Amino acid sequence: MAAPLVMVVLAAVTVRAALYRSSLAVFISERVEVASPLNAWKRVVEGLALLDLGVSPYSGAIFHETPLIIYLFHFLTEYAELVFMITDVLTAVALYLAIQDFNKVVFKKQKLLIELDRYAPDVAELIQTPMEMHYIPLKVALFYLLNPYTVMSCVAKSTCAINNSVIAFFILATIKGSAFLSAVFLALATYQSLYPLTLFAPALLYLLQRQFIPIKLKSKSFWLYTMQYASLYLCSLVVIICLSFFLLNSWDFIPSVYGFILSVPDLTPNIGLFWYFFAEMFEHFSLFFVCVFQINVFFYTIPLAIKLKEHPVFFMFVQLAIISIFKSYPTVGDIALYMAFLPVWSHLYRFLRNIFILSCVLIFCSFLFPVLWHLWIYAGSANSNFYYAITLTFNIGQILLISDYFYAFLRREYYLTHGLHLTRQDGTEAMLVLK
Amino acid sequence: GAMAAAELLVLLLVAAGPGPGRADSGRERRDTLREELLLSPLPTGDVAATFQFRTRWDADLQRGAVSHYRLFPKALGRLVAALGVRELHLALTHGFWRTRYWGQPPLQAPAGAELWVWFQPTVTDVDKAWKELSNILSGIFCASLNFIDSTNTVIPTASFKPLGLANGTDHHLLRYAVLPREVVCTENLTPWKKLLPCGSKAGLAVLLKAERLFHSSYHSQAVHIRPVCRDASCLAVSWELRQTLTVVFDFFASGQGKKDWSLFKMFSRTLTDTCPLASQSKVYVDISPKNKEKELLEVSPPPTSVHEAVVQGDRKTYAVYDLLSPSLFNTSRSLNVQLKWKRPQDSSEMPIPTLHAQRYVGGYGLQTGEICTLIYNTHPYRAFPVILLETVPWYLRLYVHTLTIITKGKENKPSYIHYQPAQDRRRPHLLEMLIQLPANSVTKITIQFERALLKWTEYPPDPNHGFYVGSSVLSALVPSVTAMKDVDVEQSPLFTSLFPSSDGSSYFVRLYTEPLLVNLPTPDFSMPYNVICLTCTVVAVCYGSFYNLLTRTFHVEEPSRGGLAKRLANVIRKFRGVPPL
Repeated sequence: MAAPLVMVVLAAVTVRAALYRSSLAVFISERVEVASPLNAWKRVVEGLALLDLGVSPYSGAIFHETPLIIYLFHFLTEYAELVFMITDVLTAVALYLAIQDFNKVVFKKQKLLIELDRYAPDVAELIQTPMEMHYIPLKVALFYLLNPYTVMSCVAKSTCAINNSVIAFFILATIKGSAFLSAVFLALATYQSLYPLTLFAPALLYLLQRQFIPIKLKSKSFWLYTMQYASLYLCSLVVIICLSFFLLNSWDFIPSVYGFILSVPDLTPNIGLFWYFFAEMFEHFSLFFVCVFQINVFFYTIPLAIKLKEHPVFFMFVQLAIISIFKSYPTVGDIALYMAFLPVWSHLYRFLRNIFILSCVLIFCSFLFPVLWHLWIYAGSANSNFYYAITLTFNIGQILLISDYFYAFLRREYYLTHGLHLTRQDGTEAMLVLK
Repeated sequence: GAMAAAELLVLLLVAAGPGPGRADSGRERRDTLREELLLSPLPTGDVAATFQFRTRWDADLQRGAVSHYRLFPKALGRLVAALGVRELHLALTHGFWRTRYWGQPPLQAPAGAELWVWFQPTVTDVDKAWKELSNILSGIFCASLNFIDSTNTVIPTASFKPLGLANGTDHHLLRYAVLPREVVCTENLTPWKKLLPCGSKAGLAVLLKAERLFHSSYHSQAVHIRPVCRDASCLAVSWELRQTLTVVFDFFASGQGKKDWSLFKMFSRTLTDTCPLASQSKVYVDISPKNKEKELLEVSPPPTSVHEAVVQGDRKTYAVYDLLSPSLFNTSRSLNVQLKWKRPQDSSEMPIPTLHAQRYVGGYGLQTGEICTLIYNTHPYRAFPVILLETVPWYLRLYVHTLTIITKGKENKPSYIHYQPAQDRRRPHLLEMLIQLPANSVTKITIQFERALLKWTEYPPDPNHGFYVGSSVLSALVPSVTAMKDVDVEQSPLFTSLFPSSDGSSYFVRLYTEPLLVNLPTPDFSMPYNVICLTCTVVAVCYGSFYNLLTRTFHVEEPSRGGLAKRLANVIRKFRGVPPL
């Protein structure tokens, strides 16, 4: 399996290198869909220039990266392109290894459930075989590396790639079962963009499952393990934040990074829902709706944890998607990360209801974004409503895609336990409804 | 009748007798007023008229309560004392001084309103004092200076050094603000004229009629208050109030295409008498010959004297009309100074000022842009440094790593940069640089910016008009062609003593560039409800889908007995002879 992976990596690196040298690089790095105020490369360079001038990068409203990023790029500015290409490759390799391990876990679990007779007799076609699962890790790496969203994000040198890389390593560490590394990478991801905090729940569930600790609220070992993992996570977070303090000798980065993510003062258009909503919001209700929108990202975690406690990796996928859709400054780089997981659920294809329409919606919207942006900002013949409409459509497309996959997943689980050919009481073929 | 007359007599006696403050005029407070009008014909055929009214008051406004105001206006005096102001400079301008064609201005101001103030070191909360000051001045001058707040106030570190007496210059006591959108009209001129001791009833101020003054290319009225030395030994401090008004009459609009100017043609008034409170009242006409030839300008009536001075590095000759000399109003009751050109001026002789600048916005579209400033040093062999101060509002996000300064094709690194980035909705960008200008060169300074999308309530009533960026300030010590002697403020004309001169080899000049008009992307202002509803719908779609999937489970659908529609359909089918549903 290593050879095809190497070929995929080489192809990806070639595509990126070719784009770096072409005139499209400048065009892509200016696109608001790819670079947001949080992760644009222009702002990183601006922060480093401010540091050179002797002014704190956080004294203005331009720079919203964490001090560790300053530290990283202070020495690597000339090699930025190489750094981002290597980051993408590392993400893909991490996802490859993680899904490889995950497949083994899935297969073991399947075997166990078959032996325990938990599955209905006629579900042979629903069981995943090693043959069909053999190419899934490669497909995942391919989906990530050659996804146009990832390529554009890399060519624009958006630091979203670094965030994706950290999350990929976190997933790898979780699936391999190392609680310490998982906590450290999760702390790094939270430190950079705050929203990965919600990935704590699926990681905890996975690690508990791996340790064969039952997930019952009264169980002492459950609470013990949870406390251990939580304290590892919180300690690493505290250590990283204190390290950032010592880098620049001030706490200025906290309002500049986390205050900025939470209070959304910058209304630069992007593919998310926040910007136009708060551009047109009555001042009186601004604080209320900021709170509502931020809570919206976090509050799906507990219900999903209750429903999907047996399937933590799917839970992680849904949670990643929710973060990418509802975060305050989303970019296509965030979308690319959860889309890389779609091959893992390729066995759900037969239960997806709207996949054709949704893929069309997503593809058309991706093409319409730059067109309507040009019409608004450069040609002046459209106004902001056009771009906003495409934003709405794109987000509806993503939401329906995720809920479609969720529906398919739950339906397959039902079939696995109840049998594929369902009959009603009188023997005729049955319909399955959600009640 | 008799009682009233007696009362009137008593009142008159009391008023005429020695008052409390007038016992010995040598010891206590003394204020003097000098007024002056400078007429300078400009190379393009326009004429500039600069009025200056200087009240000097030998009193200490800061210490001790001053109760008796004579020539110094009480409104400003109490303001200075109450708020701990050390220096105050307020200018209201409409139009732009075209330095390239008109030459160096005696005192330039940027378009709109400009206010800069040095506070005393005793002031503890400078921002609070600044806010109060701008509000009080807004009331006094009927200008919307109350719009000065932290989003357009900056603290320059090198540009606005005190023009009066100063010991120690902690720049945290300085505040500078510009309102480029401010419109100047008669409403601002009237309170300005009211501060003059003679009002607009006598002396040079009778010429200040609004309908002529605002029908001009450039109109700038300013108030400058600063402490000065009382005498050469500088043991005591006096307070000086200068009110200046500069107006440029256009050759085509006001001059009707003819290059003969007169006071009547410019102001539709002539001078009839002097202000009795003024100790000096003079009219200067610039009759300097160009290119060392004989004079080509003829003034009538003949002047009372001729004055030569080195002003802004050039030797200049002035025809002086002293309104206090008795011979002036002998022949006629009114003085109408007339300027006639002896021969047509060659247009190729237009002198180019040593330092001039322009600024413009580059780029296209509503996403990014570039501010370009061009600074010209036309001196043939001397290089000199210039301090550039740029104040850019927060919604044009400057990227200082894109700042490039190119002179003669090579990069020119500034020897001093002070950059304070903006904070959204709180303070603007401040960029101050000291740039060395080589001789005979053009320096191009460019910096890129990004245009922000604002909240819909933050746009002004006409959002597609654009947003103004205030003029940038260039301060320089320009080397002068002719050596200048140190001027004694009391003896020399007012227009030579505006700026303190450090040495004779250079003169101080402060130039302003054009203000910029920049468009920002706008949201649709008619859509707040629609946007809220639509976005909340999208969030609700997600919530609804997930709610369904999380709270409901799959069930096999049990056949229902059929609703009403099904039963009706079965009845019809039975009639048709078709098997039922």
